[in-house]
Amino acid sequence: MITPTHYMLLSAALFIIGVIGVMVRRNIIIIFMSIELILNAVNINLVAFSNQLHDVVGQVFAVFVIAVAAAEAAVGLGIILAFYRNKESVNIDEMNLMRW
Amino acid sequence: MRYIWLIPLLPGIGAAINGLLGIRYFSRKTAGIVACTMMAAALGVSVMAFWQLLGLPADARGVDVVVAQWIPSIPLATHNGVVGMFQVPWGFRLDPLSGMMILVVTGIGTLIHVYSTAYMADEPRGGVARFFCYLNLFCFFMLMLVLGNNFLVMFVGWEGVGLCSYLLIGYWYEKKSASDAGKKAFITNRIGDWGFVLGVFLIYSTFGTLDFRAVQNAAATMPVEAMHFGVLSFICLFLFVGATGKSAQIPLYVWLPDAMEGPTPVSALIHAATMVTAGVYMVGRNAVLFSHAPQVMMIVAIVGVLTALMAASIGLVQYDIKRVLAYSTVSQLGYMFTAMGVGAFSAGAFHLMTHAFFKALLFLGSGSVIHAMGGEQDMRRMGGLKKYLPVTFATMMIGTLAIAGIVPLAGFFSKDEILFRAFVANKAIWVVAVVTALMTAFYMFRLMAMTFFGGYRGPAWDAAGHGAPAGHGHDAGHAQADHHDAAHDAGHGHGPWHGPHESPTPMTFPLMALAVGAIVAGFVGIPAAIGGSNAIEKFLEPSFTASAPAVAGEGERAAAGEAGAAEHETSHVSANVERGLMGFSLLVAIAGILVARKFYVTSPEISDDLAEQWAGPHRVLSNKYYVDELYDATVVSGTFGAGTGLWAVDRNVVDGVVNGSGWITIISAWFSGLTDRIVVDGLVNLVGRICEEGSFWFRKLQTGLVQNYALLMLFGVFAFVSIYLFMR
Repeated sequence: MITPTHYMLLSAALFIIGVIGVMVRRNIIIIFMSIELILNAVNINLVAFSNQLHDVVGQVFAVFVIAVAAAEAAVGLGIILAFYRNKESVNIDEMNLMRW
Repeated sequence: MRYIWLIPLLPGIGAAINGLLGIRYFSRKTAGIVACTMMAAALGVSVMAFWQLLGLPADARGVDVVVAQWIPSIPLATHNGVVGMFQVPWGFRLDPLSGMMILVVTGIGTLIHVYSTAYMADEPRGGVARFFCYLNLFCFFMLMLVLGNNFLVMFVGWEGVGLCSYLLIGYWYEKKSASDAGKKAFITNRIGDWGFVLGVFLIYSTFGTLDFRAVQNAAATMPVEAMHFGVLSFICLFLFVGATGKSAQIPLYVWLPDAMEGPTPVSALIHAATMVTAGVYMVGRNAVLFSHAPQVMMIVAIVGVLTALMAASIGLVQYDIKRVLAYSTVSQLGYMFTAMGVGAFSAGAFHLMTHAFFKALLFLGSGSVIHAMGGEQDMRRMGGLKKYLPVTFATMMIGTLAIAGIVPLAGFFSKDEILFRAFVANKAIWVVAVVTALMTAFYMFRLMAMTFFGGYRGPAWDAAGHGAPAGHGHDAGHAQADHHDAAHDAGHGHGPWHGPHESPTPMTFPLMALAVGAIVAGFVGIPAAIGGSNAIEKFLEPSFTASAPAVAGEGERAAAGEAGAAEHETSHVSANVERGLMGFSLLVAIAGILVARKFYVTSPEISDDLAEQWAGPHRVLSNKYYVDELYDATVVSGTFGAGTGLWAVDRNVVDGVVNGSGWITIISAWFSGLTDRIVVDGLVNLVGRICEEGSFWFRKLQTGLVQNYALLMLFGVFAFVSIYLFMR
């Protein structure tokens, strides 16, 4: 029997993998993919509790998240592409223009 | 008679046309025609208005016409603290006195305009238009002066004629003496105007109005200031100061002889016939005021008679033909003031009118002589001109007889009236006036003798090819002659000169017209003693009395009594005395003429002998009593000295204060700048430095690396979650 605990363990694992990816990787595309992992971890949570509570709102919300993630991926990839054209690189360490 | 405002306006329009368009566009002829037309139109209107005035009953001859409001009502306090409404209309008043004056001004003005068209024919084109513009402007202001029904409108005219006099004296402004003379006239007049203005201020302060009639009616109710010197006396004294400036009386007469630098028609119109009589007119206009100030009347009479004597004595020895006439004018103006001073206002105004005729005639005649002589004004270089200038000679002789007082010419009646009234009022004044009359006859015949009789003393001229010198016309020789006496080529642009010649018709016609005037003008004032009716006196009398029958009581009686006092006295003196005085003054005049004839015609050496014998007095007279020198030494150099002194004060004290405050500003600004730089800037920099140093460590936090921020966030979330979980 798959209980919510299993779902939550899976989503927590996915979430931690995503966070670690965001923290430690230098390739901005990888970081981007890690963010997708985080979002999907959230989606699993939403769907799992929707199933548990017999409330369809959670699933609707998950669909929204997927839609927003798609939009975000489009914008993010645009930014990355622009950055790459300027710097010939996708290394996050070179994106430090916001510094003092 | 609503239209009398047209009388001044017409010459004003002429001046505007000639001034705005004429100087640039008009030919000499057009400019002259415009000016003459306007003057003739003004003369026509004047005659019409005068005719209508004559048609009115004697006590209704006074018409006020208000054209527009000039100064609207403004509250203004008078001397006793009453706040009156000060308002001045553009008001004109036609009464017997102003009626006579407009006829004189427009009539003689028209003749002189006509004369000028020929006299100024050799001037440059724009100059002629300028001349006529000024001349018309003068007539405009003069008519304003005589027609104004209050002191302020009169003052406009008063100042305006002064301005035009200045412009016209300085007409040949390239000539230093002319522009100097203009300035002298203007400045001397300003001194008189100062008195006039003070008088007007005092009038408003006393009466609360500036309207002539209202002032007269108010003054009529005040007591006569016989024993003390009250406010009316001061008003009259100030007004008389104004009159001495405008009418060239002691001590302000010095400008008039110098004014002869202007063109001769100007001398005739402004400095003989009209403007200089403005002072006399003004005194006559305020006869009621003056009647209430007998002491000032006495001053007026004394100043008048002394001026008459002094000017006549200077006239005895002058050689410049126009200067003789100028001093003669001053002298005759003195007569008029004498008349005013002894209360014979009508006689003074009558003499003003007759004098306007014969003096304009004499000036225009002298202009004709000067014209004939190619600009020469020195009588020592004339002589024997009788045969060359027959018309000028005949007309000038009439003028001379008239001024000398030969019966039955105009001057006889008016001068005799003055002498008679002076005799009644004060014997001493009469004696001086008679001596002056003797001198007048003498110097006028001296002028005639030196100019027209004897042998010709002027420069020679080449008459070859032109026939008899007297015969050739004015224009005939000018075009072709190429050799002429260069030494006497005229001072002011006259063409080649071919000996004395009679002037053209436009110049002789006014002479003849004025000669007729000089003959007949006196007939309006034939005294009762010799069968006349003295019409002019009866005609003018209403102008010299208050016109408020409603004002009853002592004051009115006093005014009426005063104004008519001399007349009542007159009736006490028998007609035989009057006839005797007439005969006496006629004898005096003839004596003067005969002496002059002896000195200058029959045995000319006598005058030179006398001049040598009496070298001292002669020199004093020739130098005009050194009055100009005296004024130069006192007033002029005093003014210069004061100016220099004030300039020194200005430079040292005022400039010193300004410079000192400048230095103080600079020094204080320097200190202020120092404080700014050190204290204020220092504080600002200190704050900046503190911020900079203080933020040195914190800014290390801002790496700009997103992952660093995210890590910090993660730690923060971890910390909060930990606290939430374990500190519960």
